[in-house]
Amino acid sequence: MFKLIAENLSHRFEGRTVFRDVSLDLTTGQSLAVIGPNGAGKSTLLQCLLGLLRPVKGVVRRLEEERSIEISEFGERVGFVAPYVQLYDQLTGEENIKFFTALSARSVTGKDIDAILERVGLEGRGGDEVRAYSSGMKQRLKYAVALAGQPDFLFLDEPTANLDDAGRKIVFDLVEEYRSRTIMVIATNETEEYRLAEQTCQLG
Amino acid sequence: MPSRRANLVSRALAVLAKDIRLELRNRYALNAILMFGITTLTVVSFALGQSGLKPSVLGALYWIVLFFSAMSGLAHVFIREEEAGTALLLRLKGDPDPVFLGKLMFNVLLLTLMTIVVTPIFFAFTDTPSDNIGEFTVLIVLGLIGLSGATTLVAAIIARASSRGALFAVLSFPVLMPLLLVLVKASQKVLIGSGLGNILTEIQFLIAYAVIMSVGSFLLFKFVWRD
Repeated sequence: MFKLIAENLSHRFEGRTVFRDVSLDLTTGQSLAVIGPNGAGKSTLLQCLLGLLRPVKGVVRRLEEERSIEISEFGERVGFVAPYVQLYDQLTGEENIKFFTALSARSVTGKDIDAILERVGLEGRGGDEVRAYSSGMKQRLKYAVALAGQPDFLFLDEPTANLDDAGRKIVFDLVEEYRSRTIMVIATNETEEYRLAEQTCQLG
Repeated sequence: MPSRRANLVSRALAVLAKDIRLELRNRYALNAILMFGITTLTVVSFALGQSGLKPSVLGALYWIVLFFSAMSGLAHVFIREEEAGTALLLRLKGDPDPVFLGKLMFNVLLLTLMTIVVTPIFFAFTDTPSDNIGEFTVLIVLGLIGLSGATTLVAAIIARASSRGALFAVLSFPVLMPLLLVLVKASQKVLIGSGLGNILTEIQFLIAYAVIMSVGSFLLFKFVWRD
């Protein structure tokens, strides 16, 4: 059982307050939608929770039972999909998946990779270099990379960006499947997407 | 989950393998380093003509060529991640220790390849005496490790800055200055015929520099990588 706790998080960019005193407390099986207008700080909040940005005030605690998880170990347990996250264009889809799972100290077999690629609708394209992918295919591959690491925490920023209807359906199914076994945080403006989560956090 | 420490080497090798793959597919750093080295050597050999240079000057010239060639490509190992937008996910998923070790090994490999190409050309173009090639090779190996250990951390520091190219050389220069001075001094001695026994002090310094810079960079990298 994992926990993600944030207490009074505030962040500023160049003197402008992006968000102030945000607190949350999530346990495995719980999901949160971070909503708000453009510029409200949804992506910034996600990056603070992920440990990629240091908030100007407040603390983020990541726990397994009552044990604090180090930031390095947290990286191995998290899946992150966002439009501004890029994969290696000159590696193939399979190579990207293998590399990021190797970084997470988890092993992945060829069969596992085929299965996850099929799950995101990229069957038969794993051997192609990512630069040959469309933007929608790249988004699907980001899901494959995130899920291949068997995450305990799943962070989705604009989860259906660049996806067609079939891709959106795949994402909604994946969210349904992983919601009960992860802590899921979704940043979005889309009504259809924030309804996927049980709780909401309004910014701005 | 397996122990992270136990997997340090395998994860560092994954970073190294990924960087080798990327380099083989675009050859950016390799081309930049080799072109700079070969162009410099060609210009120097034309400028020298038949006049030749004293061995003491050749030692300095060799390390100047190697230093500037290295400056043109070593920073790429981190700049590539920032420019391609892959640094964010690598920073999230990658423990700093294996990332640094993988990048360090890649830079050592890159410099080794550069040296293998540039050194014979340098010796041929400048008529450098090759009697003490064994001693010279010892200096090269220690020099490459020291150069890579120091510059890999500097490369990580400057990767997120806007004027990266200039910053890399400016920040690396003072760090590498003691290394270069000792390498030049030791090379001059070797090229005029001194054996290993006469450059023991320099070798001790080079070993200490390589160890201190590599270990120091390894320990400091997590602060550069996370903050």
